[in-house]
Amino acid sequence: MARVVSLYLPLWPTDRIRKRLGPDAPAPETPLALAGREGRRRVVLSVDLAARKLGLRPGTPIAKAQALYPDLVLMDADPEGDRLGLEKLALWFQHRIAPIVAVDAPDGLVLDTTGADHLHGGELPMLKDMVHRMAGAGFRAKAVVADTWGAAHALARYGRLAIAVVPSDKTTSALADLPVEALRLPSPIIEGLPTLGVSRIGPLAAMPRAPLALRFGPDVARRLDQAFGRMGEAIMPVRPVDPVEVSRNFAEPIGAAETIAKYIGKLVPLLCQGLDERGQGVRRLDLLLHRVDNRTEAIRVATAMPVRDVKRLTRLLCEKIETINPGFGIERMVLIASLAEPMDRRQTVSSLIAEEEADVSDLIDTLANRVGTQALYRFAPVESDLPERSFCRVPALAPEETKDWPEHWPRPTRLLARPEPVQAMAELPDQPPLFFIWRGVRRKVKCADGPERVFGEWWKNDAELTIARDYFRVEDTSGERFWLYRAGDGEHGETGSQGWFLHGIFG
Amino acid sequence: MTAETAKKPGLETLRAAISRLEGHCDRRRTVLPFGVREIDSRLPGGGLALGALHEVAGGGNDALHSAAAGQFCAGIAARTRGKVLWIVTRQDVFAPSLKQVGLSARRTIYVEASSEVDVLACFEEGLRHGGLGAVVAEVSRLSMTASRRLQLAAETSGSLGIAIRRWRRQTDAADFGQPTASVTRWRVSVLPSLPLPVPGVGRSRWLLELIRARAGECADFEVEACDGKGRLSLPAALADRPDQETTWTRRARA
Repeated sequence: MARVVSLYLPLWPTDRIRKRLGPDAPAPETPLALAGREGRRRVVLSVDLAARKLGLRPGTPIAKAQALYPDLVLMDADPEGDRLGLEKLALWFQHRIAPIVAVDAPDGLVLDTTGADHLHGGELPMLKDMVHRMAGAGFRAKAVVADTWGAAHALARYGRLAIAVVPSDKTTSALADLPVEALRLPSPIIEGLPTLGVSRIGPLAAMPRAPLALRFGPDVARRLDQAFGRMGEAIMPVRPVDPVEVSRNFAEPIGAAETIAKYIGKLVPLLCQGLDERGQGVRRLDLLLHRVDNRTEAIRVATAMPVRDVKRLTRLLCEKIETINPGFGIERMVLIASLAEPMDRRQTVSSLIAEEEADVSDLIDTLANRVGTQALYRFAPVESDLPERSFCRVPALAPEETKDWPEHWPRPTRLLARPEPVQAMAELPDQPPLFFIWRGVRRKVKCADGPERVFGEWWKNDAELTIARDYFRVEDTSGERFWLYRAGDGEHGETGSQGWFLHGIFG
Repeated sequence: MTAETAKKPGLETLRAAISRLEGHCDRRRTVLPFGVREIDSRLPGGGLALGALHEVAGGGNDALHSAAAGQFCAGIAARTRGKVLWIVTRQDVFAPSLKQVGLSARRTIYVEASSEVDVLACFEEGLRHGGLGAVVAEVSRLSMTASRRLQLAAETSGSLGIAIRRWRRQTDAADFGQPTASVTRWRVSVLPSLPLPVPGVGRSRWLLELIRARAGECADFEVEACDGKGRLSLPAALADRPDQETTWTRRARA
């Protein structure tokens, strides 16, 4: 079953204007409305949250709105700009999340994330990431993932939750309580349905089809079937401007894995030729497989650096063949370099003597396409005395940093995810413990190094202003070596609880 | 090749012939010596074979955290050239500590695999690539089939593969007794450090047990832990030898 994300941007036009105006924009608490023409009347087209709280709705004539709400800020709507903006956003999401992304006009996007969510850590983290990214850019957003476009669209707009994952078997029950407006029907039908006494999707779906079709045409049944997944609905992805793209149509639909691999092998050299003409390499490569039943399967591979190597790209694509569900057959294959970057030619031999270090970027790509990019990283030093903050993760092929950790103190091989409290007996203020009990085992300390005093980072958090820790490296009588610390300096109560914690284990 | 065989050209030709028959690419089969004569002399070829799979486990209480085993592997990896792939399921490596055995964070690429299957797949992929200095993976179960695949991948590319055997529960430790295709198998346990003339903790010491070596014999070594360049060393003659001995044999039995 496909998994479709609907991203709903309820305040897209007003948020966009505020974002564009920057510091000159009206404050968020000022009601803002956008005016435009509807037929021959000038009406309010969209309102922001503050205006909606006042009771203003789209469709109100301008004169009336101004009379009712004197402190309302009115600006000109820009529907064309909104639509172009959505398209740009769709392309951006196509780069980030999944190959199939389309504009769900006028105020949302729809993404087919089948088989792409694991690269973002699962469906829920993916949705959270999407909504947080939008919020960071100043746009209110809601995101719902469900089995069908219709269900995701309805729940994103009329559901209560801002972020929701609808499991495959819950589509029907999740939709039942939503109003019929959620079904993407034309407004005459929406206005006509209440005369039959139905206002929710559940009762509507239970009604006999024939009278409905007679009265309203085939739309109602079609939208219901689309929402419940009984009828397919193709998402036509947005295309980046003028991408390198090659395609192949099949007179006879294909389905076998070997056949798909064979045609991948034929398409990739053509694509690389196209890239070569532009001096580019791919960072993201999408293979779209149009099936005879009007569904599109997609494979995406990403590379850490621009690549134009036929063998390597073929291999990356072929590794993903098993994820394709060919259904009744594939009639068209399209290979698109959805993100291409200029290839910078690198000098391969830097000197006559030094041996060139092997290039591992192809291995990184292969692994990243298996476990996800965020599961592949290096550690880089961060300037912090607190051990748990002294490192950060950087991409595996990030430029090498010049800084390094200071080496004056030994550091444990294993750092516990969080310090574990231990019972210990020690002389204050700066003696190591005589013994301690960790995970039920009492260990007598034979020798110790320390203390190494570490202070809180008051510039990050006010509460850390007075905090201190004293770290000791201790060895017990059996030779095991631990990293213990006392929260506090051993004299002043405000520096910490004076309790002991185990933070690491030495090899 | 050791000095001994160099003197006997007949023996060497014969070895080359056997190696050819076995299908190994002889050019790649080199070793990484520890630089400690006592250890190297017990290993066939005079060091840790490159293009092979090795297993390392922690001993005693350390098995759960395998801190010593991890440090031992990092020391070996530090002495290779090129990037090092370090595959884990649960990340608890403290990067600054690897730096202290000479394995720079710039060289180490971590893979955080979500399952044992992914670990083995990434392990094999890394070994097959051939451009890495070493591939280190923390695995809890290693079947004969899986280890044979890994060994073959290492043989074809000439990469050094090290499996840190690490388990969450003591009952899983039984799997470590099962035979695998790895070329050597080590167990590292911590020993008490030597008392210093001043208060403080001395250089870490390990009991290094070579439990299995293909074409070699088992051996035990007492070593001082890896230094800033990943080198092991044997401790100087111990004044209080009997005392130490009782301590570590008791620990090793536990």
